[in-house]
Amino acid sequence: MAAGRVLGVFAHVDTTVMAIRELRAQGFTDFTVYSPVPVEEIEAVLEENRPVSPVRLFTLIGGLTGTITGFGLTIWSALKWGLVTGGKPVVSIPPFVIIAFELTILLGGLSTLLAILVLGKLPALRRSPTYDPRFTVDHFGVAVTCSPDRADAAGRCLSQAGAEEVRR
Amino acid sequence: MSQEAAPRPPTYADVNRDVIRTLEPPSPAYFGWMTVVALILAAGILAWTYQIYMGMGAAGKRTPQMWAMYITTFVFWIGIGHAGTLISAILYLFRARWRTSIYRGAEAMTVFAVLTAGLFPLIHAGRMWFAYWLLPYPNQRYLWPNFRSPLVWDVFAISTYLTISVVFFCVGLLPDIAAIRDASTGWRKKIYGVLSLGWEGTDRQWRHYRRAYGLFASLATPLVLSVHSVVSWDFAMALVPGWHSTLFAPFFVDGAIFSGFAMVLVLIIPMRYFWNLYPYITDKHLDAMGKLILVTSLVLSYFYVCEAFTAWYSGDHFERASLFWKATKSYAWAFWLQYFCNSLAPLVLFRKRARTHTPTLYVVSILVLIGMWFERFNIIVPSLGHDFYPYTWGIYWPTVTDTMIVIGSFAWFFILFLGFIKVMPSVSIVEVKETLPHPVKEAHH
Repeated sequence: MAAGRVLGVFAHVDTTVMAIRELRAQGFTDFTVYSPVPVEEIEAVLEENRPVSPVRLFTLIGGLTGTITGFGLTIWSALKWGLVTGGKPVVSIPPFVIIAFELTILLGGLSTLLAILVLGKLPALRRSPTYDPRFTVDHFGVAVTCSPDRADAAGRCLSQAGAEEVRR
Repeated sequence: MSQEAAPRPPTYADVNRDVIRTLEPPSPAYFGWMTVVALILAAGILAWTYQIYMGMGAAGKRTPQMWAMYITTFVFWIGIGHAGTLISAILYLFRARWRTSIYRGAEAMTVFAVLTAGLFPLIHAGRMWFAYWLLPYPNQRYLWPNFRSPLVWDVFAISTYLTISVVFFCVGLLPDIAAIRDASTGWRKKIYGVLSLGWEGTDRQWRHYRRAYGLFASLATPLVLSVHSVVSWDFAMALVPGWHSTLFAPFFVDGAIFSGFAMVLVLIIPMRYFWNLYPYITDKHLDAMGKLILVTSLVLSYFYVCEAFTAWYSGDHFERASLFWKATKSYAWAFWLQYFCNSLAPLVLFRKRARTHTPTLYVVSILVLIGMWFERFNIIVPSLGHDFYPYTWGIYWPTVTDTMIVIGSFAWFFILFLGFIKVMPSVSIVEVKETLPHPVKEAHH
């Protein structure tokens, strides 16, 4: 494992939260937290100084693209061949709303998927060096990246918080 | 309540173990069932081949009942899917925690039901190699679909529904596949590793994932309500007596959810029994499902009453004649069977004991499925068979070919579902864990 990477493996949520707080107090900023489930306590600590996830921006842009595409396609194609059916206007907005609605949901959903992949850096071909299979079962992990000379301090910090295991 | 009803709640590791246990090599009985289902499916495929070769006459398609069994079964399967989305999206937004252990099975049911439903317009269209005509694609002659046609709305609604359901389903599976990856070895580990997309459960991944999941649920909620509304407009936009009603959209959506819940019970009761999932799928879950079936049944009965009342009160001769014909003539048996299965039989669920008694729930669910299939049959076949003009009246009876295709569709659905439950976690590992108490060192209250 490269120097300057320290992993603490925790069995409990409260010890994990304590470790995160402690690391931050000591000036460590670059760390990754692994958890088998999303835990609100952990999220609350991490979200303290982070902007809201930009996933919603993807959804919004995708959704609006869908709306525009839906109306654009229906109106443009109706005008291309202006056939009057059922005595209705060639550009009949109410039925076109349905197409626009469905495309809003479709593209909104697909761009949300894109957001998960892009923002979550997926697909990842290789496991990261600090990953441990226990993190999908019942253990939590805090991996700190720091300069090699501070690794000892990070390791101490993790074990003091209650890490079951500290690895470098 | 008895004391033994509150055993130690499962731990995180228990959940992983119990769910991964369901993926152990299957028993001979499983293969036996698979063989039976596969043979039925083969018969269905054979019938479809015969229909393609002989033409639509082989399926008993004659005017006036051109829609007959295929569209009945199409609407039936689309409806089945709705309960899955309701459980996975709407109940998620309402933070109904009991949904967590059944939502994966229900969502798989949705995806497979929509995949089954999607076959029927193709089978029904006859020349399914021209199915792409339904889609808008650039062409030299500026020929575009008629976007004022409900059938085109349907194409958009169903394909969006299928896509979003599949995406929602796969996104939900992602962290669970990672858990299976970490528990498996050899070639299985490789396959699950690829399918998990390298999920690690980092804070960065969870952060965006959680946001996205909420957004998916918010997108799927209006979608699911729109899909069956659009399907209902396939009928309601036409002038056929018995179809031309503003009631149809909510009527269809409610019926869809009703039948879907019945299918969820049909699937999860055996799963719970065979895999001993009692700690996860408890009587409380069955009770909640029973209540939902009861509520949707009562709403449906209300719609039935409205439907009959408006037919009478409208004073419209054709509406009245259509209803009278349905209730008393050739298809009267199907008409009354529908009321028995959908309005009367579920009333037994008013009793709490019935809602947790699995044989009762199972029988009610099967009756509901039969009733809901016949409801769609009654909307389509007798209405088309008795419209404005005696010259166009007619009786339809199923042929061997279309019956085999319809039965084959059930086999197709079950083969997908049976296959799924042996390769993927049919109970969500992550979501079940989320409802458990988190492991903490210091016990504080």
